[in-house]
Amino acid sequence: MKELALNILDIVQNSIRAEADHISIEIRESEQLNLYQIIITDNGKGIPEGMLEHVADPFVTSRTRRRMGLGLPLLKYHADLAGGELKINSEVGKGTIVNATFRYNHIDRQPLGDITGVLKILIASNPGISFIYNHTVGNREYTFSTQETKEFLMVDKLYEMDLLQDIGLMIKENLKEINASGISFLEITGIKS
Amino acid sequence: MSKITSLADLKKKRQELQAGMDIRVKAIDPENVVQIKVAMATCGIASGAKTVMEFFLEQLERRNIAAVVTQTGCMGYCYAEPTIEVKLPGQDPVVYGFVDLKRADQIIEKYIKTGEMVDGIIPVNYQIIDLKE
Repeated sequence: MKELALNILDIVQNSIRAEADHISIEIRESEQLNLYQIIITDNGKGIPEGMLEHVADPFVTSRTRRRMGLGLPLLKYHADLAGGELKINSEVGKGTIVNATFRYNHIDRQPLGDITGVLKILIASNPGISFIYNHTVGNREYTFSTQETKEFLMVDKLYEMDLLQDIGLMIKENLKEINASGISFLEITGIKS
Repeated sequence: MSKITSLADLKKKRQELQAGMDIRVKAIDPENVVQIKVAMATCGIASGAKTVMEFFLEQLERRNIAAVVTQTGCMGYCYAEPTIEVKLPGQDPVVYGFVDLKRADQIIEKYIKTGEMVDGIIPVNYQIIDLKE
């Protein structure tokens, strides 16, 4: 994975497969505390206790067809590499919280990358799931919620490409506003990347 | 183009857009449109499935093809990622492997528009004999 956004896209697939209908993605970055944190919370079916200790082992998966899963191990690898760690809390029937931390200034911490693209893909292919994206930089923050957006626009789905494109631009504009790091802002300044 | 920074801007832009064109009736019946599934598991994402999916979402709209683009899990062809499954109305699904943007473009122009097969098909049998879940 070349950027953290792709890891997020991957981990959210676990939540989708766990039949979650509320997924929240939180990013907290603080130069002061030297901390970069990604928290993904879902209300899916959760991970059984015995399994929880082993989820970061690449040879553990809940699938039955193929006995390997690399999503969480990869995220753990990236976190470990950047002086952080991966923590997973889960309760069967309630949901799962995946918490990955990185040292903000670590040379091996990847940039966030195209998070708006990831959000657009998630929104386009999971109309039934409500997503919340929250990004905090120091004491500034931005929150995007599919539920709120639908209610405000009075539409029942956000699938339309024009609309998605604009939502992407809106999120990006706000991330630029709060000074989020590791994202390319070329397209909102008018230069096509 | 003015900046969109809030939901209010988004709403305004949308109203302007809708005023300029007829309200598009988009009652998509999945059976009658092209269905594309992009394999979006770790293997797919790591080899560029996100770019491929964005390409299809954008280009099908731009080229005026009624389609549903969605994501799916790993189909088991990790060696051939990014893989996509294309189902034309009334036909069996076809799985394409090693889909980069060039191949994605060929798939739209040839397979989806004219039905002509494109390189990169992964032979798949959809008749399941023994399914052990």
